[in-house]
Amino acid sequence: MLGVRRVKRTGQLLEGEFPPMARPALRRSVFWRQFRKNQLAVCGGAVVLVMTLAALFASALAPYDPGAYDVTQILMPPGLAHWLGTDQIGRDVLSRMLYGARISMAVGFVSVGIAVGVGTLIGTVAAYYGGRVDEVLMRFVDLMLNFPRLFLLLTLIALLRPSIWVIMAVIGLTGWMGLARLVRGEILSLKEREFVLSARALGARDPRIMFHHILPNALVPVLVSATLGVAGAILAESGLSFLGLGVQPPTPSWGNILIEGKANIEIAWWLSVFPGLAILVTVLAYNLLGEGLRDALDPRLRQ
Amino acid sequence: MLAYLIRRLLISIPLLLGILVLSFVMLKLAPGEPGVIQQDLQARATGAQRETLRQLYGLDKPIYVQFGRWLWRVVRLDFGRSYSPDGRAALDKIAERIPITLGLNVLELLIIFSVAVPLGILSATRQYSAFDKSMTLFVFVGFATPDFWLALLLMILFGVQLGWLPMSGLRSLNFEYLDFWAQVWDVLSHLILPVLVASFGGLAYLSRLMRGSLLEVVRQDYIRTARAKGLSEGDVIYKHAVRNAVIPVVTLLGMMLPGLLGGSVFIETVFAIPGMGQLFVQSAFSRDEPVLMALIVIGASLSLLGNILADISYGLVDPRIRVSGREAR
Repeated sequence: MLGVRRVKRTGQLLEGEFPPMARPALRRSVFWRQFRKNQLAVCGGAVVLVMTLAALFASALAPYDPGAYDVTQILMPPGLAHWLGTDQIGRDVLSRMLYGARISMAVGFVSVGIAVGVGTLIGTVAAYYGGRVDEVLMRFVDLMLNFPRLFLLLTLIALLRPSIWVIMAVIGLTGWMGLARLVRGEILSLKEREFVLSARALGARDPRIMFHHILPNALVPVLVSATLGVAGAILAESGLSFLGLGVQPPTPSWGNILIEGKANIEIAWWLSVFPGLAILVTVLAYNLLGEGLRDALDPRLRQ
Repeated sequence: MLAYLIRRLLISIPLLLGILVLSFVMLKLAPGEPGVIQQDLQARATGAQRETLRQLYGLDKPIYVQFGRWLWRVVRLDFGRSYSPDGRAALDKIAERIPITLGLNVLELLIIFSVAVPLGILSATRQYSAFDKSMTLFVFVGFATPDFWLALLLMILFGVQLGWLPMSGLRSLNFEYLDFWAQVWDVLSHLILPVLVASFGGLAYLSRLMRGSLLEVVRQDYIRTARAKGLSEGDVIYKHAVRNAVIPVVTLLGMMLPGLLGGSVFIETVFAIPGMGQLFVQSAFSRDEPVLMALIVIGASLSLLGNILADISYGLVDPRIRVSGREAR
């Protein structure tokens, strides 16, 4: 009886000392101060915001219907009527790129959501249970990492037939391994800490300890990794679409506009240059934002 | 070292088996089994005929028997015949393409390593200089550039506008009529753009890594000792620091192999190079399952081999590994 009470008291004391989310106000202000210092990251965030808005309001912003062809305006170079030129059946490239932004953002977010879910689950379970469970799961991660990712993507898509949902699922399901390793590492270092011991002493069950006490503390690296993951997913989608195994025409995506760019490479540079530039800028912005978040959120990396 | 090598090889056996299991699962995951697809083409097939077909393909057996049979064939490197009209053995179709893709990859790795290491050293020794900052910018842009887009840009510049370099294939149409040196130049000129594009991303990555690794090493005590005993800065960096800083870079070079193999899908498609990557895209389009399966098993095995080689070279470069018998990743 005495022992129980002592543990309980220690637990309360410790929980007062290490409350996972108890100082949000302080944390947030530190975070903003750190984040604003990093001008590149702020730029990245701004570009991400603009791109997201452009994707959301594509139908209002696009000067033309993305599917409307105009045989009198075939392969027009950039000019006043068509800011970014037209393609080989006279569709406005700018409008198609705005709608393409929707595809990129949607694929980016959904597939990263899947990857975060799977990676966090596997990483958490592996780290928390350790031993044989850990061994088996980590060997599985090794296994997945040994497949050239693009080979894996192409095989799955070929077997399942490309559609936007298949692409999201497949990109997510081939991109969780890094996250699983990351989460596992974080949790291995967290699970021996005092606040976890105290929670266990108080009689909390495994799932509660895992999801309520440990995971919130591992969220920062996951958030950073997810931001960088969006960049990777956008690259993967554009690549698949460029190969013709991603988003299928006539739905516009940055990758499949580039197919037309390659077909008309001798005469229409604008079909190649602008969609690729959009991919580059967006991916760069997500990467800068992710790096900035990491530096601002993770005190261990601050120098 | 030998014990380490043997253990490393033994550890990779379950991994290889796992690769095979996963490949088989993907094959089974695909909607529609071969028998069903053939029935769809012949609507008048009776139930008995369907059953015959299923027996012919062994689909009436339990799944582990099917896997066992498939595994036994794969172990003998029999991946079946391609579904494409030529109907050749899948392995033959791939075998003639492996040297091309592997050759390109080795060339890329050599270029990445020999350019990235000096670049990394230069930016680490001049930390925060204009050169270092522009290298950082290059690294970020390099990470974000889709290689197929870079390929298109370079094709527009060097192929269309300047007309200096050929844009596709491995040799010109008049290759056979050229003399020896002209043939050598012909192949080289076809390789310049693909190798340049394929090395770009890896170059950014590895030079960044080299920079970080060297900055880490320079803070060590033995570097301070080297400086304290009055060695010149050049001796300190090149004789003491770089040797140790290069070690992690060597390992990562091996780990980049799966990425490079995957990257060859784009490079070979854009530049019309008849390698494994191009075959992969063609097979994915025609859903040529035997060839796809063979490619993924061979590709994964190649990158497993790359990792083992990297681990061994790591052990050769860093004597500490041998003593401690490092855990395999």
